Amino acid sequence: MKSGAFGAWEVALLILLAAVIVLMSSLSPYFLDLYNLIDSTFSFAEKALIALPMALLIIAREIDVSVASIVALSAVVMGVVAESGAGLPILVLVGLFTGTLAGVLNGVIVSALGVHSIVVTIGTLSLYRGIAVSIVGDDAYTSFPDGWSWFGQHYLWGYIPAELLIYIVATVIFGIYLHTTIYGRRIYAIGTNPDVARYTGINVTRYRIWLFALSGLLSGLAAILLTSRLGSVRLNIATGWELQVITMVVLGGVGIAGGTGTIIGVTLAVFLIGFLTFGLSLINVPGLVLNIYIGLMLIGAIAIPHLMGRLRQKMTASRKDA
Amino acid sequence: MRRILQEREAILAFVIALILLGVTLRAPDYLDGSSLGNLLSTWGLLAILVMGQLGVLLTRGIDLSQASVLAFSGMFLAQLSQVMPELPALVFVILAIGMGAVLGILNASLITFAGIPPIIATLGTMTIIRGMIYVLSGGAWISSHEMSEAFKAFPAGANLGIPNLFWVATVAFILFWLLYNHRPAGRDVYAYGSNPDAARNAGISRLKVEFLVYSLSGAAAGLCGYLWAGRFAIAYTQAAEGREFAIIAACVIGGVSITGGRGTVLGAGLGALFIAVVETSLPFLRINPFLQLAVIGAVILIAVAANALTERRPGRQILPREGQS
Repeated sequence: MKSGAFGAWEVALLILLAAVIVLMSSLSPYFLDLYNLIDSTFSFAEKALIALPMALLIIAREIDVSVASIVALSAVVMGVVAESGAGLPILVLVGLFTGTLAGVLNGVIVSALGVHSIVVTIGTLSLYRGIAVSIVGDDAYTSFPDGWSWFGQHYLWGYIPAELLIYIVATVIFGIYLHTTIYGRRIYAIGTNPDVARYTGINVTRYRIWLFALSGLLSGLAAILLTSRLGSVRLNIATGWELQVITMVVLGGVGIAGGTGTIIGVTLAVFLIGFLTFGLSLINVPGLVLNIYIGLMLIGAIAIPHLMGRLRQKMTASRKDA
Repeated sequence: MRRILQEREAILAFVIALILLGVTLRAPDYLDGSSLGNLLSTWGLLAILVMGQLGVLLTRGIDLSQASVLAFSGMFLAQLSQVMPELPALVFVILAIGMGAVLGILNASLITFAGIPPIIATLGTMTIIRGMIYVLSGGAWISSHEMSEAFKAFPAGANLGIPNLFWVATVAFILFWLLYNHRPAGRDVYAYGSNPDAARNAGISRLKVEFLVYSLSGAAAGLCGYLWAGRFAIAYTQAAEGREFAIIAACVIGGVSITGGRGTVLGAGLGALFIAVVETSLPFLRINPFLQLAVIGAVILIAVAANALTERRPGRQILPREGQS
């Protein structure tokens, strides 16, 4: 990582982001408006929060596909507690605690069984969502206390959504943690080669459980923001988020094989997807069609550098022949 | 090794038999005509998908696009049946398989030529294909009365009192079993999945293996797209959304290793049967239908734990331990 946290991938994402902003502002006069752009962050800030621990997990060669179910479980548990008339601070603690507990359970199962985390978290994906769904049924929880809307609906100083500020603070903390501390270096070491990491004295199991716990914690936080923004909890809350979050992380340049990736890259990918989504919805492109563009971008972002590399190889090889 | 696998399948079959016994004791009408037919149809649809996924998992890959391919093929063929109501069911079956295979080849190309890891390539095609369905249909549903009779008759029909879906899955089961146990191409898949480098040195083409397994996975999904749309007499954009996880769960329950090289067609079929039994029996047990998902999740975790514990073989022992001879 001699190039630091800003490599070729981040430059490419920055160019893409600039291209999206130029393209969208030429397509719609309402795109390049600071209020609109800030407001558009509501549609992705919660998922982007979960993308932060997901990036750490994937860098450490793990993955957590149960995040959306953890959001649902935390939201439902908070809904139940809110019905019983609990106050705001208790509710926040309940949300964060439920998420963290679910995350720790993921980490413990993965470590105890020694199987790939995708298998375990597919199991807990069903389990957590199933528990959430069987509690809420076809009902909805709507009786949140006064002031609950602050997290997802309040604007600080009249402009900045509280949600956006929480996301930015979390991003800075994760960036510092991953890129400047010894703990961050160890996460890269674990992802590069878990066995070697263990032999160098890193307690891989402890890191793994910690990272899954972090994933649960941030999913719980996302659940707080989401319930606050929506004001209600239903059984289909946050469905399909897991794959959207993974898309953000992978487009951000985090290698699925572990050991590579940066928080800056993930952040750029978050805004790239977010602004593209916002821009296309301004010109009335339906959500599902929008997914085509995101899918193409995901494939293109990985295929194009690879194919360019192969082309360059071929060219140098043919030059040698001549 | 073979013995361990066979034992595991025997254990799984035994567990399924126990569940069936328990359910019929509690609710004797579970194995009555119509609900038994429902179980066999549910198994049929899931088993075809799971056997398609098997090869992909054997090569250390994953195919997340199956559910999208299913929905796409269902929507396309349902529209075709509107335009050309005179087409017989066989044409739909062939078109469904062909279309799915083409989409599978697209996945394989992305993975082999563009160097995209399978999970990302199929995550990408999953969202793209799902979006294409919307483009194709404009978000509209195609319901029973808009489909041709021939389109619906075969997937919803029965022969000898047994649903056609079950027969189709049985044929698929035999074909997959022959391929993976008795054809060099199928054995190559195992060899490649156990050790890609060694397999390459032994002259097995990575390209051939990858194209085979992804086109089979796509073909299975395409076929199920027609069967799904015909059986439920509906085609819509979100059809089978989220089913990709149930497919992989069935594989894992059936003892297919996500790290490649291990897993059998029989195991995949049994894994699908397990999920089908759980899904169809819970309503009969008067268990809160909302609990179904949680039960399946718990079952997956138990199966994963059981597999992990049986797989944890001790290191190879060269000399007998002291006190043993």
